Amino acid sequence: MDFGLSDDQREIQRTARELLAERAKPERVREHAEAASNDDALWGELCELGWPGIAIDERFGGQGLGQIELSILCEELGRALAPVPFLPTVMAAAVIEQDGSAEQRERWLGGLASGETIGALGAAVEGTAELVIGGAQADVFVLIEPDGSARLLGREQAEVTPVASVDPTRSSASVSAPDGAGEPLGEGACAGLGRALVSASSELVGICDRALAMTVEYVKDRRQFGVPVGSYQAVSHRCAQMLLETEQARSTAAFAAWTADADPEQLAEAAAMAKACASAAGREVTAAAIQLHGGIGFTWEADLHWLYKRAQIDAALLGGAKRHRARLAGILADRAGASAAV
Amino acid sequence: MDLTFSPQEIAFRDELRGWLASNQPDAEPTDGGEDAHYAWRRDWQRRLYDAGWAAPAWPAEYGGRGVSLSESAIYFEEIGRARVPMAANVLGLLLGGPTLMVWGTEEQKERYLTPILSGEEIWCQGFSEPEAGSDLASLKTKAVKDGDEWVVTGQKVWTSGAQYAKWCMLVARTDGEVAKHKGLTYFLMDMEQDAVQVRPLRQITGEAEFNELFIEEARIPDTNVVGGVGNGWKVALTTLMNERAGLGFALQIRLRQLLDDLIAVAAERGLLEDPLYADALAELHVRCESIRLLAWKGLTDVERYGQPGPEGSLVKWLWSDSNQRLTQLAIDIIGPEALTWGSNWTYEWLRARGNTIEGGTTEVLKNIVAERVLGLPRLKVAA
Repeated sequence: MDFGLSDDQREIQRTARELLAERAKPERVREHAEAASNDDALWGELCELGWPGIAIDERFGGQGLGQIELSILCEELGRALAPVPFLPTVMAAAVIEQDGSAEQRERWLGGLASGETIGALGAAVEGTAELVIGGAQADVFVLIEPDGSARLLGREQAEVTPVASVDPTRSSASVSAPDGAGEPLGEGACAGLGRALVSASSELVGICDRALAMTVEYVKDRRQFGVPVGSYQAVSHRCAQMLLETEQARSTAAFAAWTADADPEQLAEAAAMAKACASAAGREVTAAAIQLHGGIGFTWEADLHWLYKRAQIDAALLGGAKRHRARLAGILADRAGASAAV
Repeated sequence: MDLTFSPQEIAFRDELRGWLASNQPDAEPTDGGEDAHYAWRRDWQRRLYDAGWAAPAWPAEYGGRGVSLSESAIYFEEIGRARVPMAANVLGLLLGGPTLMVWGTEEQKERYLTPILSGEEIWCQGFSEPEAGSDLASLKTKAVKDGDEWVVTGQKVWTSGAQYAKWCMLVARTDGEVAKHKGLTYFLMDMEQDAVQVRPLRQITGEAEFNELFIEEARIPDTNVVGGVGNGWKVALTTLMNERAGLGFALQIRLRQLLDDLIAVAAERGLLEDPLYADALAELHVRCESIRLLAWKGLTDVERYGQPGPEGSLVKWLWSDSNQRLTQLAIDIIGPEALTWGSNWTYEWLRARGNTIEGGTTEVLKNIVAERVLGLPRLKVAA
């Protein structure tokens, strides 16, 4: 058993972190957030590096690596709050690759892998998804109904109404499939959903990690009553709590990413666990970050609110902690029923 | 990342599973109190020892199997899964033996290790004192040199198994003039002397798992100093590090079993259909899994990088809090029956209250995480 990353994976992580530290500096992210615009130059650069296609099969122009590598990138992009449509594109691509027909995959995956096509994925009820991240600019949509069935729509088939979400670092839209527009994607509950959940969870891990790092730095520096506020246990213990929640989210997301490639039978449960954990951690940790910064944390300039807002969007994406715990309870009930029947 | 066991680990697990399947302890005694229960565990240890399963993590030269950290974790998982008791001499096996292997002289290893393994000589741990709990280094029990012996006077508390123990891992102050961590020495004290009085300490469950030790001029030969005079703090840390490493795995399995039991009860009563109970149980399921993953991650990091990450303290903190939540939830699910004195759930619920105190309080663990993992400044306190 080995939880460590391979040398190649570590290299991907290092390169991604260094690149984003340089290209997605806080002041640049802030500019794009203020303007509610994507960072097209950064997106172009990531596409040239092949990031959107990292986990897509080489047959379709991807790099053919796995969910672990994809999760590494999601975490780093979350940490940097990069204003690019990466997460929606890779989530849509995962479902199309896992559930799509040969024709659907042929039609869409090449563009999604190169980043020329932007994808978006949303949780819909009777054909309408109220808040689809990346939705205002996407070329292809995957809508997943509560029963897990998925529909695929090209831009021209969908009714797209841009929405200003609380997180302006990515576009959003309300998306509908009028009168059964688009085509079914796979049969029954979609298999790619697990991977989409893992990617979202990994982004949340990156957000938590950044919020914790900013907070630790701040409470070491900020002095009141003649000492750094981080020396007070009321403050330091909440920082410890932030680490605990972040590490829980990290370990469950890592496990789920591993199952996606190595043990897909376990993916549905592992992904629900990861998303339940990461959604709760994302909200708690970013809220604690604002609290522990005191008054400054509540200001627009402090940048913490961007983390807090994106964490809320990601936590709600494809269902929050409660929804995924309900799924897990269903799995537990089935298992208890099965063992009682033996 | 590879979250599967190696063929060698699977072979180890299967061998142990096979042995446990055909070697069960005798039926747990229902009367005779704690003494009968302890005798039953001691008998079980003897059978583990005879088959070479008492402490596989010990090197082969000391009677173990020299297995890896991962295999040792598998050992505790399997012992837990088979629902067999812990070996009677758990403190000797997990703490005393490994400490001697690091700090003991050849003579000490020769003399003490085999009787620990067989359960012939039981060990207890004399660290905490009434005035020295979390602040262990402030302990006051005093040892004074007298010829080739030390004369010890003081009081110890929370000493589990003292009534059965032959040897006590005792930390005492041998120099009152130097800084508090520096004046300590680690001894092996013979419990079979009149100068050592053991008094049971009744806990909120009604039983007396722990004791108080009253030590009045007890005598310890100089040859029973472990790791040198004045080096007691370092030796004690070795013991404490072993405490957290080995027990963690047994504990997370126990938590999993309790949760599975509780889920079965909830399913029987149709409570998994109730969203409030379903949510609470699913949350515990997520916690249980993250404890398992963090425990394994901590251990494989030690194997890979030679040092533990932050997981050790996080696992103990999360486990103790989760066990309290689980047993409290059990009271709600099972109802008044669970509040009947003597029922198993009542015991688990009351015993769990101690989890956030023993082996490092949650407050101390948070300090450790804040200071050593996050690098936050330490609160200055009056000396």
